[in-house]
Amino acid sequence: MSALPNQQETVTLDTFMRGLWEENPVFVMLLGLCPVLAVTNSTMNAIAMGLATLFVLVASSTLVSLLRKMIPKQVRIATYIIIIATFVTIVDYVIQAISLDLYNALGAFIQLIVVNCVILGRAEAYASKQKVGAAIVNAVGMGVGFTIALLCLGTVRELLGAGTILGFQIFSNNFEPWVVMILPPGGFFVLGAWLLLFEYLKQRKEQKLLAAEGATANGS
Amino acid sequence: MDPNSLTFIFLNAALINNFVLALFLGLCPFLGVSAKKETAWNMGLATMFVMLVSSISAYGINWILVKFDIEFLRLICYIAVIASAVQLVEMAVKKFSPSLFRALGIFLPLITTNCAILGLALFQTFREYDFLQSLAFSTGAGVGFTIALMLMAGLREKLELAKLPSVSQGAAMSLMLAGLLSLAFMGFAGLGGSHA
Amino acid sequence: MSSAEKVQAHLQPQTPSFAMLRTLGGVAMLSGLLVVLAFQFTKPIIEENKRIAIEKAVSHVIPGVVSKKDFLLSAEGLFPADGDKTAKGEKIYAAYGANGELKGIALEAAATGYQDVIRILYGYNQDCQCVTGIKILKMAETPGLGDKIAFDPDFLKNFEALDARLNGQKSGLENAIVTVKHGSKREQWQIDSISGATISSKAIGRMINESGQRMFPLIIKHLDALRIGQKG
Repeated sequence: MSALPNQQETVTLDTFMRGLWEENPVFVMLLGLCPVLAVTNSTMNAIAMGLATLFVLVASSTLVSLLRKMIPKQVRIATYIIIIATFVTIVDYVIQAISLDLYNALGAFIQLIVVNCVILGRAEAYASKQKVGAAIVNAVGMGVGFTIALLCLGTVRELLGAGTILGFQIFSNNFEPWVVMILPPGGFFVLGAWLLLFEYLKQRKEQKLLAAEGATANGS
Repeated sequence: MDPNSLTFIFLNAALINNFVLALFLGLCPFLGVSAKKETAWNMGLATMFVMLVSSISAYGINWILVKFDIEFLRLICYIAVIASAVQLVEMAVKKFSPSLFRALGIFLPLITTNCAILGLALFQTFREYDFLQSLAFSTGAGVGFTIALMLMAGLREKLELAKLPSVSQGAAMSLMLAGLLSLAFMGFAGLGGSHA
Repeated sequence: MSSAEKVQAHLQPQTPSFAMLRTLGGVAMLSGLLVVLAFQFTKPIIEENKRIAIEKAVSHVIPGVVSKKDFLLSAEGLFPADGDKTAKGEKIYAAYGANGELKGIALEAAATGYQDVIRILYGYNQDCQCVTGIKILKMAETPGLGDKIAFDPDFLKNFEALDARLNGQKSGLENAIVTVKHGSKREQWQIDSISGATISSKAIGRMINESGQRMFPLIIKHLDALRIGQKG
């Protein structure tokens, strides 16, 4: 993780974009992996989980940032956890009200958003030091980044494991689904594969940079 | 096997629905502290201990919450009480058994934010286990966690000196290993119902 | 606190305790308020959702249901579920047709499947003394293999009229309900299993047999009370 500025940060596009790519909570920081693997056996579950996390992240970051001058250092973690648990409880009830099927599919993992390190990490490392505006923008960026990561896993797993996306048939009936992909091992494999891909891209970029530097060094 | 028998609950939590490899709970320590067998063992022990403590406290809180009909405060109460229970345990261990504290010390605070602990408390409530069943469930979960951690540490120690392509070092490799272990653990399914 | 510690406490600049209490108390009150508001607002919607889900499941296992009434049934007797809070028993749903006639009873059953516990709702018809349908409420069986028990048409056909007659003493079933090898079903009380989902199919047979041996005699015993349940 890059060093976070201790002084107030002005809100720029980077405040938002950082969560999407450079500091993506899942692919780069490897935080909050439990829900990432557990509920991504279908695209629908991945979207619901991503949105629920996004809401909790934004709401708790806002509140923490608003209260940042009033929270004594000694009890800050306890305060953050209470704030996060409150919003998670609210999300839990709202999802139950929207759709029981969805609630049953996600199971205890909605309530487990409380211990998602992404949220506590944002509260501690960013929202507690920054103005409300910056905190909200950053939280939205992180939440969207988290949702995108869930979608990356959810669509791949559903497509390979069931031949569908969001329940719509994609492959013809001749396709024999790789059932293992929607089972627990598939979660590990697909996330591992994504990480391999990103690592490969990163190394290729570095090599290109090196080659470019070498070229300019030779040219001068 | 009777789904409510203590043996089944224990086996189910430890092997069939292993917390790490089937339910994905407690992945952070699983990937973070599984490089060496010795640390993995200590982490496993500490987690098992905390699981037992929080399972008992969660059982108590739930009893109170149901009694006063305020179950909507469950999540907030669980997380607050588990965090303070771990703190208390840490202080008690430090005072009464410094040697044990040295072994478990740095791991205890890490465990508080481990989703396996809260997950355990929530699952035992959803499944409406009584006190003994909760104990069997938390012991099983702790044993299962330790087994998964030890297996992973063993594999990673073996791989330490192996030649790997540079892209596959680090987290990606650990995840692939975890996937293979998870695949192997799927073989435990059916332990409960096969002989009926 | 020892005196040395006291001195140290004085030397360090400390946040006054009241500030900590104020913040923690304030945040706790705020969160309590928010949670209660959310709970009150969503409670009626959630209860409505749950009611619809159960009604859907009941009408799935008993054809032609118009209304239902919940009872608690045990060896001690039959009690309305919304009445006496101290009454104990297994929850059953009596289903009635348009004219208030008893169409059947829906019961829950559970047993260990391949991966985890399988929970079902099934319908029982008191006139033919048979099982009229099943619906899986919860399972974690392997997709593509064990989970066929939820939708395989040949398997579900077993439960359109599964024989569950009582024996002469009305203490249990005349013929125990058993799951048999695929293609070897000969009698009306046998369940033809799905090949490739043996353990899951067996679990269904086991749970219906276990629940039926216990509950069907009780249902027949309290049939009159169940029949008038809707009017009374």
